[in-house]
Amino acid sequence: MKINKKIIYFMVIIFISNLSYGKIIIEPGPNAYDRIQEALILAEPYENIHLSSGYYEIEDGLSLDIDNVTLSGDGLDKTILSFKNQKSGAEGLLVTSNGVTLSDFAVEDTIGDAIVVKKANGIRFLRVRVEWTDGPKSSNGAYGLYPVESKDVLIDSCIAIGASDAGIYVGQSERIKVINSEAKFNVAGIEIENSYFAEVTNNIAHHNTGGILIFDLPNLPQQGGHDILVKNNKVLNNDTPNFAPEGNIVGKTPNGTGIMVMANEKVILEENYISGNATAGILVVSYLDEYEDDNYNPLPNKIFIRNNQLNNNGFEVDKVRAEPIALLTKNKAPEIIWDGVTSFPEWIGLSKQERLILGPNKTKDRKTDMINLNLMTYALLPWFHKTKEDYDDYIGEGISLTEVNFKTKW
Amino acid sequence: MVKKYTKFIFFLFLIILISSVSYAKPHKQLSDYNFFKDIKNQIPRDETVPYKIANPLFSDYSYKFRFVHMPLNTAAEYSYNNVFNFPIGTTIIKTFAYPIDERDLDKGFQLLETRLLIKNKNGWEPLSYIWNNEQTNAFLKYTGHTFNVSWISNNGQEKYVRYRAPNVNQCKTCHEINNKIQPIGPKGRNMNINFVYPSGEANQIDFWHDRKLLNNIPTPLKRNPAIWDDAKYGINERARSYLDANCAHCHQKGASASNSGFYLNIDENNSSILGIYKTPVAAGRGSGGLKYIIDPGNPADSILLYRMLSTDPGVMMPELSRNLQHEEAIPLIREWISQLK
Repeated sequence: MKINKKIIYFMVIIFISNLSYGKIIIEPGPNAYDRIQEALILAEPYENIHLSSGYYEIEDGLSLDIDNVTLSGDGLDKTILSFKNQKSGAEGLLVTSNGVTLSDFAVEDTIGDAIVVKKANGIRFLRVRVEWTDGPKSSNGAYGLYPVESKDVLIDSCIAIGASDAGIYVGQSERIKVINSEAKFNVAGIEIENSYFAEVTNNIAHHNTGGILIFDLPNLPQQGGHDILVKNNKVLNNDTPNFAPEGNIVGKTPNGTGIMVMANEKVILEENYISGNATAGILVVSYLDEYEDDNYNPLPNKIFIRNNQLNNNGFEVDKVRAEPIALLTKNKAPEIIWDGVTSFPEWIGLSKQERLILGPNKTKDRKTDMINLNLMTYALLPWFHKTKEDYDDYIGEGISLTEVNFKTKW
Repeated sequence: MVKKYTKFIFFLFLIILISSVSYAKPHKQLSDYNFFKDIKNQIPRDETVPYKIANPLFSDYSYKFRFVHMPLNTAAEYSYNNVFNFPIGTTIIKTFAYPIDERDLDKGFQLLETRLLIKNKNGWEPLSYIWNNEQTNAFLKYTGHTFNVSWISNNGQEKYVRYRAPNVNQCKTCHEINNKIQPIGPKGRNMNINFVYPSGEANQIDFWHDRKLLNNIPTPLKRNPAIWDDAKYGINERARSYLDANCAHCHQKGASASNSGFYLNIDENNSSILGIYKTPVAAGRGSGGLKYIIDPGNPADSILLYRMLSTDPGVMMPELSRNLQHEEAIPLIREWISQLK
């Protein structure tokens, strides 16, 4: 009987030691790449790889392909992965597995994108900083936080600085929350592209070229972006001149854009504080470039704008990237701008769509103003062209969106 | 009380014990697999069959020695467009090496790494073995390795490259389609060429078939697509073969660059998807300030060529396995784009 008990204790101990998943601790020092990469490759699911505070110099791209691993540091100003001397790899860190958590570290000066996540079911970024430390330069990498083709994307309390495309970019994904984060000195602060069911709330986007962009583009595996909520963000003083390398769609973002919606269906912009953006507070446009794609809808639809505070926007419209706006507003644009492009049947009055829907919005010292540039008529019957500026014509019931509920349990 | 649960706990213990016994671990040394008669000179044993492919991936002018090893009395299933269906237990072996002097290969090679793809019940597993300085054996390494290599090229030039052996995850970047790791090379359309075996020159597919290593081959064998550097084929066919071999492992549906919507597999015919007048999506400075991936008639304005010319890791394509320009392929792609309308 005694022996039996001993065996059982032994078994229980083994059972417990199997339960407590490992935590691997890595310290700064030489061969940082090899040590971190080895841990990332040999990790077991649910393991935590922890990078102690300090400065890690890394020359090659890191990657993680094990599900449910947590890669953590001691804080976004304490654990720093520097790629200043990066020699290979198109990004700093690539994640291709599901249920991963990245938290409390910084990725600096990568030669391409900072952190790319591809085809993940479940990815969390918590208190992660990505930065190009020389400030805005076209030689900086394109994207800071860059989850793409993923489901259940949470970006919480992160910081992105200096990306030559978008600081925080979520593309071709589904079920997304970008919250409590900060984006500055990027071309696009926060960008949601070709995605379904996204909430962008409680963020600060300032000193970018454009603060928050909601785009839908043709010729991509996932398109028809819809159900996107942009709520309670501060979109302030986006005053960094566009420094994107030419040829990228984001290079067309006018200097001083607050929130911009291109194409997409069912988008709500509400309770944002939008101020000090030289071209526009809110800009709603269609995709006007040529393209060959029968499945693509270039027109925004059901874009609902309410309860925003819009102050001092549109005071100096970008004459190069927003030429029609500059021309039609004499460089001083109203707070809300819609290009007014519709389908042909709508234009000739045969059908009606609520493409832009306005609720009440606030502006200091005056009523919020808007303009429909009416570019359809401008292009087709220029001599009859007139802009439309009657706010009340666009007031409507509005729309509602389904809440974003993650299926992943981290 | 204790007795009551003894059985249960014992059972639980057994389960845990079994689950913590891990799968067969890969060998630590390449020699342990016993693929070679003479490992240093890469001379295989009879059961290890050497082969080459018609349109290989450019990897910084490295030489590649390819072999396949299948379990006794098993055979692969032929496919023209897809990788042969190999039996479980197959290993595909590829050694990367640089000649000491390309003008005189008898001076020998510096062996860098030997990559294995081993097919087990769960699919293909990639492994990389790094050669020691003494060139006597290669050792398993998961994190990849950096070599500073120099060699004398065909035209007598001394060349230098920072060669990166990929880590295991990077293997997947190119070898994964729809979340499954796959070999890339040994497809019917890549294998229908001759090889000089110790017993004499023979067509590879016939040779495999004769040795009962390959089933269901068509008769007659279907013609190859163009070989990219063989001038007897047309420019369009050669360019498409080159792009298929060098780009399509990522740039196809379900592969790692699927998000680009830009696909270069040899059977893609949609001009937008092939990049013609297609604007970049997430290229960043990889766009080089150019508007289209392929601007027909204007190679200098085409992002495709720009990224082939670049050796900046943040710009160049392919992202992995290249640090040098592929000088011989650039004129081909330039001419191809010039001819496009």
